[in-house]
Amino acid sequence: MSDTVSMGSKSVAIAVNDFSHYLGSEQMLNKLNLEVFHNEILAIIGPSASGKTTFLRSLNRLNDLLPGSRVEGRITIDGQDIYGPEVSVVELRRRLGMVFATPVALPRSIYENVIFGNRMAGTRDRRHLDEIVRESLEQVGLWTEVCDRLDSSALKLSGGQQQRLCIARILALRPEFILLDEPTSGLDPISTMKIENSLDHLKKDYTIILVTNNTKQAARVADRTAFFLSGELIEIGPTDKIFTAPDNVKTNDYVSGRFG
Amino acid sequence: MYLNPRIEQKIVRTVLWLFTFITVAILVFIIVFILRKGLPVVTWEFLSRNPIDMGKSGGIFSTVIGTVALTLMALLVATPLGVGTAIYLAEYTSENRITRIIRFGAECLAGIPSIIFGLFGFILFVTKLGFGWSILSGGLTLAFMILPTIIRTSEEAIRAVPASFRQVSFSLGSTKWQTVSRVVLPSALPGIVTGVILSIGRSIGETAAVIFTAGSVLRLPSSVFSSSRTMAVHFYILAREGISMSMAYGTAAVLVVSILVINLATYYLMEKFIRRYS
Amino acid sequence: MKKHHLARNEKLTRFALLLIAFSAVTILAVITIFIFVDGTPIMFRHGVKKFLFGLDWYPTEQSFGLLPMITGSLMVTLGALILGVPFGLACAVFLTEFSSKRLRRVIKPVIELLAGIPSVVYGFMGVVILVPFIRDTLGGPGLSVLAASIILGIMILPTIISISIDSLLAVPSTYRDGSIAMGATRWQTVRMVMLPAARSGIIASIILGMGRAIGETMAVIMIAGNAISIPNSILAPVRTLTSNIALEMGYASGEHREALFATGVILFVIIMILNTLANITSAKRARKK
Repeated sequence: MSDTVSMGSKSVAIAVNDFSHYLGSEQMLNKLNLEVFHNEILAIIGPSASGKTTFLRSLNRLNDLLPGSRVEGRITIDGQDIYGPEVSVVELRRRLGMVFATPVALPRSIYENVIFGNRMAGTRDRRHLDEIVRESLEQVGLWTEVCDRLDSSALKLSGGQQQRLCIARILALRPEFILLDEPTSGLDPISTMKIENSLDHLKKDYTIILVTNNTKQAARVADRTAFFLSGELIEIGPTDKIFTAPDNVKTNDYVSGRFG
Repeated sequence: MYLNPRIEQKIVRTVLWLFTFITVAILVFIIVFILRKGLPVVTWEFLSRNPIDMGKSGGIFSTVIGTVALTLMALLVATPLGVGTAIYLAEYTSENRITRIIRFGAECLAGIPSIIFGLFGFILFVTKLGFGWSILSGGLTLAFMILPTIIRTSEEAIRAVPASFRQVSFSLGSTKWQTVSRVVLPSALPGIVTGVILSIGRSIGETAAVIFTAGSVLRLPSSVFSSSRTMAVHFYILAREGISMSMAYGTAAVLVVSILVINLATYYLMEKFIRRYS
Repeated sequence: MKKHHLARNEKLTRFALLLIAFSAVTILAVITIFIFVDGTPIMFRHGVKKFLFGLDWYPTEQSFGLLPMITGSLMVTLGALILGVPFGLACAVFLTEFSSKRLRRVIKPVIELLAGIPSVVYGFMGVVILVPFIRDTLGGPGLSVLAASIILGIMILPTIISISIDSLLAVPSTYRDGSIAMGATRWQTVRMVMLPAARSGIIASIILGMGRAIGETMAVIMIAGNAISIPNSILAPVRTLTSNIALEMGYASGEHREALFATGVILFVIIMILNTLANITSAKRARKK
């Protein structure tokens, strides 16, 4: 059920093999098989409760926090099974940065928010941290807006600014992957546009997986798109194809608005 | 006797209002009465001089020190234990038999009257462990009394921290302890402090447990092993032995003002705490 | 290798916190053990029946009957409930159903303030104002069951009020709305819908109030008169179990002291029973939901 066309010279970053996820006795994901390529933007679309978020959280093992969480199958990143016993979950989560649907600025200054992850990792050198803050905020286009008030509370920023701050926060850890879970669902159109534009820049250096309820956003932004339904991967392929001539009837029904 | 429901309601409403008014009036009366008779006695000298002549004159300084010492000792022991318990219950486990046992223990402890604590403190600390009547004995006994309050308020405060904070912290590569200590606890701090302040209020007014563990020596305490008299105990002795009514009123006024300040601080903190997350 | 360190530290932290979390239970166990160990031997030596039902408390002559004190405790507690429950419930109902939210926000902290006043201050107020008043208007020594009941009634008000308010607020608003929609007045709704629905919480609050009243010491010592006899009227003086302990601990030794520990045991058992009852009733409420 998966489409594994390799995109020109792009190589496989994440390989998902027969991956299933259970929460207690309830099955959330069923035998997923797909690949994510380096430096692409992969959108995951589907109706609510289709497993999109669960899948995303399986990648950085955030699901481990849920009691009764159990997995089968494998997810390998650069050849290593991320659920293997020698894997450090803490380091894994630094490699895959996640941005949530609601911007969660911690009750701290803008500066402290950006380098939160770095502090947890033990980075202490003040000059190094200053550099990280500047670079990360520049990458999301926030630097000029906030450079003069880095010590003020992050809670005073607007919704769109907070979300960009959240992206900067994960960039500060120099991840390889950026996982976004409906990042613009609560934002105004202008902030949405700003964030979508920055994704385009970011894919040069990062591999991006974007879960979205908004099919038009997927069409705008993604190189490839995957369609999830009831915990299964129905179809995955180049965005154009998924939206104009998908192989699967259910995909067609969803993208043409017949349900969802 | 059948009454028109509307008339019945009017009567009932008035009665209920009256009862409420009486209740509030009683409280206001008590406070005003004590303050009116006691505040004139409370001068700087009253607060800074030691009791003379068994308390007939002079001030209440040594009792203030005794109260502070005892309360401090109680907090030093109860706060780490209480907050630690709350952290365990809220962050490190889900509801199971062990947590039910822990909660049961804390709730029972909360229901034990102070005289029993006094008895227990006397048996264990004063007698068996040989600490004698001392700040140590009294402080430890008080610590056990305020432990349930600190557990309860700390756990509430910790649970009130939004789940999203924890998610974000974990997703940025924090360990559990880092998340708890750098994200959850700082956010829960106002609520925890509220519980601590409430416990201070309880400790200040406590008499039965203190009198049998810390004693009632009027001298300024020199160490944790010294016996010491708290303001509440001093007030009790003054009133009961009829030593000096004016001194008694003065002491009572200091007690009441302290409680007022503490309740106000608690209320203010609770407002600030609630407002932050709504 | 780093992962092993992390995992081990996490396990240690969790274990340490678990130990700390057991402190409350441990303390409870220790208190129970010490009180019982020092208090029960004398009861068996002289006979538990004599302790519970004996009328004469002459510690110097080896006579340890606690019945006057047990009756004393029960009488003042009952009195406290008779006075405190109506007032407390009235306040709770008024504040939840018949007043504005703003008024409640102002008055609730005031009532919590009532809870913060030390018992010795209550006792003092009783001595200075209530006791002379009773003596002058109703006769008797003033130091009486009545005085103790009134003061204790006031002292348990905050408990009854705040828990009852919480219970009333916890009743689903659909109950209230449904009743009003059928044309009932607010009072009819309260009487026939809200109060029954909040019943277990209110009962729990009363039981807790009872526990407070039985356990109260300082205020009672100051105003109840402390006479060792079963009171024949509410104007007669009375001694409670708590006063018994507090009054004589200062100078008791040997068997006398043991007898006071035994008083503590009886008090402890009564309180534990009450607390368990309160827990069961609250649990019943939780389960109903």
